[in-house]
Amino acid sequence: MMRLFAALSAAAFAVIAAAPSASAMDIEKIVSPSGIEAWLVREQAVPLVALNYAFRGGSSQDPADKAGAANFAASLLDEGAGDLDAKAFQERMESRAIELSFQVGRDEFHGSLRTLNENREEAFDLLRLALTAPRFDAEAIERMRRQTIAALQRETSNPNNIASRRWWQTAFPGHPYGRESKGTLDSVPTIAVADLRDYVRRVFARNELTISIVGDVDAKTAGELIDRAFAKLPAKNDLKPVAAAKPAGLGRRIVVDLDVPQAVVTFGGQGLARKDPDFMAGYIVNHILGGGSFSSRLYKEVREKRGLAYGVSNSLVWFKNAAIMMGGTATRADRTGEALSIIEAETRRMANEGPAADELEAAKSYLKGAYALSLDTSSKIASQLTQIQIDKLGIDYMQRRSAMIDAVTLDDAKRVAKRLFGGGMLVTVVGRPKGLESTPE
Amino acid sequence: MNFKHHFYLERAAILVCALVSSWIVTASLVTTGNAAEQAGAKVSEFRLDNGLQLVVIPDHRAPVVTHMIWYKVGAADETPGKSGLAHFLEHLMFKGTAKNPQGRFSTVVARIGGQENAFTSSDYTGYYQRVPREQLKTVMEFEADRMTGLVLTDAVVLPERDVILEERNSRMENNPRARLGEQMDAALFLNHPYGKPIIGWRHEMETLSRDDALEFYKRFYGPNDAVVVIAGDIEPDAALKLARETYGQIKPLAAIQQRKRPQEPPQVSPRSLTLADPRVEQPAVQRTYLVPSFATAKANNKPGQSEALEVLGHVLGTGSNSRMYRDLVVDKRVAVSAGAYYDSSALDMGKFGFYASPANGVTLTQLEAAADAVIAEVIDKGITAEEMERAKSRMIADAIYAQDNQASMARWYGTALMTGATVDDVRQWPARIRAVTTQQVQAAAREWLDKKRSVTGYLIKDTTPPAGQPASLQPVKAEKRT
Repeated sequence: MMRLFAALSAAAFAVIAAAPSASAMDIEKIVSPSGIEAWLVREQAVPLVALNYAFRGGSSQDPADKAGAANFAASLLDEGAGDLDAKAFQERMESRAIELSFQVGRDEFHGSLRTLNENREEAFDLLRLALTAPRFDAEAIERMRRQTIAALQRETSNPNNIASRRWWQTAFPGHPYGRESKGTLDSVPTIAVADLRDYVRRVFARNELTISIVGDVDAKTAGELIDRAFAKLPAKNDLKPVAAAKPAGLGRRIVVDLDVPQAVVTFGGQGLARKDPDFMAGYIVNHILGGGSFSSRLYKEVREKRGLAYGVSNSLVWFKNAAIMMGGTATRADRTGEALSIIEAETRRMANEGPAADELEAAKSYLKGAYALSLDTSSKIASQLTQIQIDKLGIDYMQRRSAMIDAVTLDDAKRVAKRLFGGGMLVTVVGRPKGLESTPE
Repeated sequence: MNFKHHFYLERAAILVCALVSSWIVTASLVTTGNAAEQAGAKVSEFRLDNGLQLVVIPDHRAPVVTHMIWYKVGAADETPGKSGLAHFLEHLMFKGTAKNPQGRFSTVVARIGGQENAFTSSDYTGYYQRVPREQLKTVMEFEADRMTGLVLTDAVVLPERDVILEERNSRMENNPRARLGEQMDAALFLNHPYGKPIIGWRHEMETLSRDDALEFYKRFYGPNDAVVVIAGDIEPDAALKLARETYGQIKPLAAIQQRKRPQEPPQVSPRSLTLADPRVEQPAVQRTYLVPSFATAKANNKPGQSEALEVLGHVLGTGSNSRMYRDLVVDKRVAVSAGAYYDSSALDMGKFGFYASPANGVTLTQLEAAADAVIAEVIDKGITAEEMERAKSRMIADAIYAQDNQASMARWYGTALMTGATVDDVRQWPARIRAVTTQQVQAAAREWLDKKRSVTGYLIKDTTPPAGQPASLQPVKAEKRT
């Protein structure tokens, strides 16, 4: 056993020095002629441009009785804009292989664009139309409404959706974070064109806009392209404030009856704000407990040793006004209690004892190497640059990240493990788990 | 060679999201003659003395490589009664060898921040790692070691069998749509093992043993039954040298299994079936037709046939400009969603399918009639030149987008080589798509969208579950409507 460990350490040591470094990426801060800032990575090997951008103000801007409005608006931006109706707009995109996507998060509206270099001006023109002149034609609105309602109906009997929704509703009652971004079967039918226009008017503005661009494009051209799409937007947004919140219901277990052979479990508790000085230590200990690799404690205990589930994992999730850790699994009904006990016991053990020194080193090594390996396409790089900007980590974050990981000591890890995993969890279970019932409220 | 609808299983859902989605999204290669030649010229191909085939796709943007090994064995090669065995073995390949005990390979990959996973389809089984280029030889050594050195005990085999049963629960039993698809495959293939689910039938999975897995492993896993694809920051000669030093040391299998599966008789009768489940909130109608794959069209000396079906699949059912979407969802408003697809990547026959979910107040019968009318119109009148050009532009551009992702490139070549295509076939794919004519598309629709070779499936809400028995354990209601 000792020899095996020594061999592994040696292999790992050789690798750390050789691991590809994200710091090698040359990120340039550019300013467009009209004064819009963006980060640019020039990559000339493939003749394409990938753009990623975000406006502050996601589904948390939905009026309380109009949950789903932001998401609804996002679904319609490429369904007709300017002089182009939905059909003309979609045909233009397809014939030029231009890809536009729009997604609504809780705090931000996220968009991306991908185009071949030869079509880039037309791509950015289409994006301008989508952001500044969406038509919201009645035909498209009703078509998207039907699609959204159909999806929501389907979700009413999907154990994964039920478990997740119940968790968020219980953790953030009355808060925008507790509402489903897609809306509900009650709210979506009531959303009117005025609600869609109101969202676009309040959120799509230049002042809290984050832009990243990656591809075969120089700084001057990138600035011109950015102006082509974004310069005509209003200077300032008009957002409603969102209150700070902490997850409620910790210590509770809620069992929702559904006739499925496999119970779906969502669990989670208080997390760490991205700007918290303990964030990196928390990120590492979470990885050791339940991060996405074949070596986490939960993976080994729940799947590998006992075969209780196909997957189990846990992540840190952070927002502007709240932070949580949450995870999930799906397991046979007759052993759901056993799986949940193991997850709870492992979480408690991590809170009480923290990780072992060799686990900490292995996790650090993984997290340093995996970062660069995960940035393997232009679109993924652009998306990561946007997140770094939103989190205000600095343009040199990729260079500093490894040192920040290395700086976490075993004492830090133990202290933060207690902070992160010592506070109890809210658990939702959907299915017919044998012997498991809801705890009293 | 279009990957959009190729079905396979991965070892763990938690790790693979990025790769899976990029693979599914990326259809195929290369655009204008210029780019096509560039992309094709960079790909090198070798064969070692022991029969192992090596494909190298250089990409020097980052000091990273994607290393994949593909075995020419999948669920369609299982012995009758052992469904799920190819996929079970894929899981068990992570249980260690005499030289490298369980966990060691994964620990080394994790230490360097590498990504790893594995996947199984009806026709192939694959394993991959994404690592810094300096670690390429290390992962090749590990992978070569487990090609012949696997050690299995019941202590690791039995819990893993529980894992695949939970995987079946997650993918199938908890998901009425997936169960409908499983029933439709079983009905579409009258004789060919493509009718079996890759994950396996539960009652057979429950009996799979250590001996089953080892026997299957020894029969199919060897250098002369494998293709290694390396994409990334390496030159072909260097990759060849590493392959010789690692895989080159392994003795070939004495006998390569000929993959001659039982073939389909002439199909003469349309089939239909209904899956009723109390959890269905959104009914749907789906149909799959048995059609040529790229491989069978090539074997039957029908150049262009598979490519015409690819263009047909795109025009009929990809995206919101497609015939199905425009007619059923936008114009007639009888559906909330609708689309069609063609899966060309199969060693034996391919599949062509459509699906639609009805708008409120529309019956599945009405919806199916509307979809049939869309198909009849394409058969009668063909597609327009404008539609065809738009589809070709979009399809061929995906080849350039694929070059932005070395793992997609590796998967694309690997899939092609596992399903009867050659490196040259992949290289020439854009040119072949470009050569498709509207006449060929219409002819393909007329010849192959024939209900006699199809299954239609209806997903409906079951409003009367018998008391006391969980709905998912009831027998599926399959009724013949022919």
